[in-house]
Amino acid sequence: MSAGQSFEFVEGATGDLAFVAHGETPGEAFAAAGEAFLAATVEEPATVERREQRSVEFDEPDLDLLLLRFLNELVYLRDAEDLLLHPEHVEVAAGPVLMAVLAGERIDRARHALAADVKAATAHGLSVEKTEHGWTATATLDV
Amino acid sequence: MTKAPSLEQVRPGLYELAPGARKGMRVPVRVFATEKLLGEMDEKVFEQAANVATLPGIVGASFAMPDAHWGYGFPIGGVAAMDPAEGVISPGGIGFDINCGMRLVRTDLTWPEVKPRLQELLAGLASRVPAGVGGSGFVRIGRDEFRAVLLRGARWAVEAGYGEPEDLRFTESGGCFDGADPDCVSKRAIERGHRQLGTLGSGNHYLEVQVLHDSGIFDAHLARAFGLDRPEQVVVMFHCGSRGFGHQVATDYLRDFLHAMPKKWGLPVIDRELACAPFSSREGRDYMAAMCCAANMSFANRQVILHRVREVFSRVFGRSAQDLGIRTVYDVAHNTAKLERHVVGGRERELLVHRKGATRAFPPGHPELPRDYQATGQPVIIGGSMETGSYVLAGVETGAVSYYSTAHGSGRAMSRTRARKSTSADEVRRRMEQHGILVHAASDRGLSEEAGFAYKDVDEVAEATEIAGLSRRVAHLVPVANVKG
Repeated sequence: MSAGQSFEFVEGATGDLAFVAHGETPGEAFAAAGEAFLAATVEEPATVERREQRSVEFDEPDLDLLLLRFLNELVYLRDAEDLLLHPEHVEVAAGPVLMAVLAGERIDRARHALAADVKAATAHGLSVEKTEHGWTATATLDV
Repeated sequence: MTKAPSLEQVRPGLYELAPGARKGMRVPVRVFATEKLLGEMDEKVFEQAANVATLPGIVGASFAMPDAHWGYGFPIGGVAAMDPAEGVISPGGIGFDINCGMRLVRTDLTWPEVKPRLQELLAGLASRVPAGVGGSGFVRIGRDEFRAVLLRGARWAVEAGYGEPEDLRFTESGGCFDGADPDCVSKRAIERGHRQLGTLGSGNHYLEVQVLHDSGIFDAHLARAFGLDRPEQVVVMFHCGSRGFGHQVATDYLRDFLHAMPKKWGLPVIDRELACAPFSSREGRDYMAAMCCAANMSFANRQVILHRVREVFSRVFGRSAQDLGIRTVYDVAHNTAKLERHVVGGRERELLVHRKGATRAFPPGHPELPRDYQATGQPVIIGGSMETGSYVLAGVETGAVSYYSTAHGSGRAMSRTRARKSTSADEVRRRMEQHGILVHAASDRGLSEEAGFAYKDVDEVAEATEIAGLSRRVAHLVPVANVKG
């Protein structure tokens, strides 16, 4: 993650994992949210090497739903292709439309200490907001 | 009633929030709980149950079971019945893990026989039933064959050699929901799920070896009828669902409904996770057909897992599964919507009953029960935390007040984040071993998040269902080995 990006897991729905991600731009906040998903999935995200790339692009009626779709795309790629992915570059343009480059590798149980099998990102408490210091993306992962 | 001042006690075990408590409520909220459990429920339960009470076509009341806790859209432990003509179907009333459910399996083995082999048994179960993130099961089938799974559920599994025909008799709906249509399922759902048959998943999913001590028997007659019929009997219980396939079905339709609600049907979006569609609409019927596919995948998953359990026990004890008396007591779904017939206002009518984190609990004599359970009522399985044990109960006639629904587990009392900050996996492991419970966890983080103190008191939950007249206690089962997802 770049210097302006961060995330933390916070108290949320009792069964699940909620997080708040921060970035200087909407794209950076989305990228930090993607890193939060990776941190929910694997104990040490640094063990996920950048061996393969995927690009995704889609639009939604608003930023909240764009975040929801982005996170659910990461869930899908984990199950359908066994891929653990770092968001390398995420751009959110007017529309809103998201264009992201993701880099990572297939799950290797010998090297990756796996944690939560996230079922889905949910719309519960979902928000993407501009703040004094940049942008925050809040979401809850159903585990 | 510290958290819900407008909740009135109706009778022991039942509290009510009147329809005027929140704008738009069409029916009251009814919460089944003891005073202790009510006081421990987070405020969101009442807010979410009140939101459910606003849904078009809801009949009778919006219910919360004694183990209710904060969910998405509906509370977990939420039950609502809709008029099929006027009402809606909501993925948030079913959950992402469609037909997440429990299976209880009895054996002829006793604790003194199993204890010396427990470590070997646990290792065998952990290696033969994959748990944790993603994961592929041992069942290798192509996408076309997977469609047959979606249509036939546990019947497919038994026909493929993964079980006995009598397993189907002891599975809710015979292990197959009618009305499944794979054409209503996205390619993405099939891509996520077709390799996952035979896997547990993670979160609160588990496979447990348990013991029924004499002190755990509440009703010896019913226990015997359920096959719980010998001192220090060893049983197996597991909890899992439709895996990535069902999660993707829920994700797909939630998104579609959110887009269509205001534009197409003029329905307000109170809570995005309460997205819904008129049940009579094409979209509503398509979701029902897709949901049935996911329910069937889940029945097949638990049937295939039972096959592996039989293999492991057979290998460890050097006897056939049949000789070991390994038989399904019951397999019951938690997260579904079903068309059922219930009496409302003295008249029998068809209703679409949503149960999210709630167990169907049919009474004695119900036509959908197998002949073996006609006199007893349906077995109900309430899974507790991995440190505290679980319950077997039975459906009762007075359960009509909740459309024959009861609790499904002990219900979380603490968030995963807080549980993880409160203890370590090593501490949990050490504490469990001190209590004589061996554990094999797919993830250390998952183990600490599932610590016993993160859950409500399962004894209180089981008792609350009895006080409220939803189900009656039959037996308490004590864990001795746990494969944690």
